[in-house]
Amino acid sequence: MLASQKLNKSAGPRLFIKTVLARAYPRVIGQQREKSWMFFDVFLPLLAVSAYVFVYRAIGAPEEYVGFVVVGGAMTAFWMNVLWSMSSQLYWEKEQGNLALYIMAPNSMMAILLGMALGGMLATTLRALAIILLGSLFFQVNFVVSSFLQLFAVFTLAMVALYGMGMLFASLFLLLSREAWHLSNLAQEPVYLVSGFYFPIRSFNFWVAAAASIIPLTLGLDAMRQLVFPTGPGLGFLNVGVELAILGVLCVIFLGGAHFLLAYMEKLAIREGRLTESRR
Amino acid sequence: MSESVLGRAPAEVTLWQRAWRTFRISAWLGWQIESNWTDPFLFAIYSVVKPLSGAAILVVMYSIITQADFASPIFPYIYLGNAFYIYVGQIMAGVSWAIIDDREHYKTLKYMYIAPISFPVYLLGRGVAKFLVASSSVLITILFGVLFLKVEIDPALIDWPLFLGGLLIGVLMLAMMGLLLGGIALLIAHHTWFLGEGVAGALYLFSGAIFPLEVLPSFLRPIGYAMPLTYWLELLRRALVGSVAEAFPTLAGLSNMQLLGIVIGLTLLFGVASYFVFRWCEKEARERGLLDIVTNY
Repeated sequence: MLASQKLNKSAGPRLFIKTVLARAYPRVIGQQREKSWMFFDVFLPLLAVSAYVFVYRAIGAPEEYVGFVVVGGAMTAFWMNVLWSMSSQLYWEKEQGNLALYIMAPNSMMAILLGMALGGMLATTLRALAIILLGSLFFQVNFVVSSFLQLFAVFTLAMVALYGMGMLFASLFLLLSREAWHLSNLAQEPVYLVSGFYFPIRSFNFWVAAAASIIPLTLGLDAMRQLVFPTGPGLGFLNVGVELAILGVLCVIFLGGAHFLLAYMEKLAIREGRLTESRR
Repeated sequence: MSESVLGRAPAEVTLWQRAWRTFRISAWLGWQIESNWTDPFLFAIYSVVKPLSGAAILVVMYSIITQADFASPIFPYIYLGNAFYIYVGQIMAGVSWAIIDDREHYKTLKYMYIAPISFPVYLLGRGVAKFLVASSSVLITILFGVLFLKVEIDPALIDWPLFLGGLLIGVLMLAMMGLLLGGIALLIAHHTWFLGEGVAGALYLFSGAIFPLEVLPSFLRPIGYAMPLTYWLELLRRALVGSVAEAFPTLAGLSNMQLLGIVIGLTLLFGVASYFVFRWCEKEARERGLLDIVTNY
């Protein structure tokens, strides 16, 4: 480079925002480029949704449960995205040799995780909408939204808290190797169960439901069902206002926790020489 | 036979001996890959929590709607169908997954092809670990149902020859289906991660694993009747809970022996089909240079 040429360097908040956008870009563009992924991301949850809908029909459940399954099935897309594309993402990056580059670059790891979260959230929202649309068409689900404002607030807070949780897990997974894959695999069905993806969480004992509420999708799903189905409030766990407040608290806890844990884990991983290891 | 460079003549190995050696070693390799990422205790928990959670979702759904009427015949139908379906996900998807694992993750598929082994036998051997894990999951899921959910299985009333024979034939059938998918996995780069999962998901929906086929819309039922798993799951249910399973009209017109005959026939069919499909896919993969492809997805 010529000495006369001035390097346009970014720093501070500008660098942070540019990093977020740069990491979000491949998430959004890359996933749309691979059309087969879009098909399978919609197709696989739809198969599960259909199977559970037919189980409810086989045992003579009221029709609103079909709607509960469709909404729950759509939200599985977010949980899968958080597990596989947030929590275990740094493991994949380590496997491919990118993690060391992230650490070496003069940017914030928090910005990288935030970019992954934003990009993943946007791409997954499109898939979730497709599942809701197709599920509603196939199974004639009727939605009656009681408050669009509350619905928007619940969805936004649930997503911020959920992806904050994903960022927190990503920092924990920084130390893991191939066990990361198995742990993500393990966290699918148990979370579908305790978070009430296919039934109202109120069916559990209060304390079990309260403990499950640490996963943001539990309260997010419960509140959304209360807001979009006429019979929803009767099957809700807590009042929507209370659930909104708890989700707000979870947002602060998970984002704050991710910030501190990431810094700590990064130092620990560097000290223990785990950033470039590859135990297959 | 000519002398080797070491001055010793290599021992004569028959085709069967070589196949058995490949099978044995690949089964051991599969087991190591499955289990040695953690200590045995955590691995045992890992193997049990996932299937039990899947079963618990159905149990909770059922309890909410029926007020926990576990005595109804539909409950063992759902519960046992779901329990035995664990084999489908593990064996069928597992055998085909070995292709992806070796090609994309360990990057050893090319070495397998230059080794003196039979590759299809190697793949089947890799499925053994999945079979063992699945068997323990199925056993624990059923025990849980018997002990805590009143699934009425009386060991004295089980038709053991039908059950064991049906199970063995079904496992073979699933392995053959896995081999067939494995052949397809050799040719495609982008879809492979989803292939086993997608097929297992579709079979879960259409095979009447967790609801009688009568619940499906009439235009979808023929798909269910064309699925070998529909007959296999029915056979296992009948062997375990007899008259309870026969209460559902789906396959009421078929006797146990007819069901067994259908399952054997379909296993042979899949065996032949998987052999030819795998060989054809393998030839194509060699010609198109796909055996060592790494897509980095």
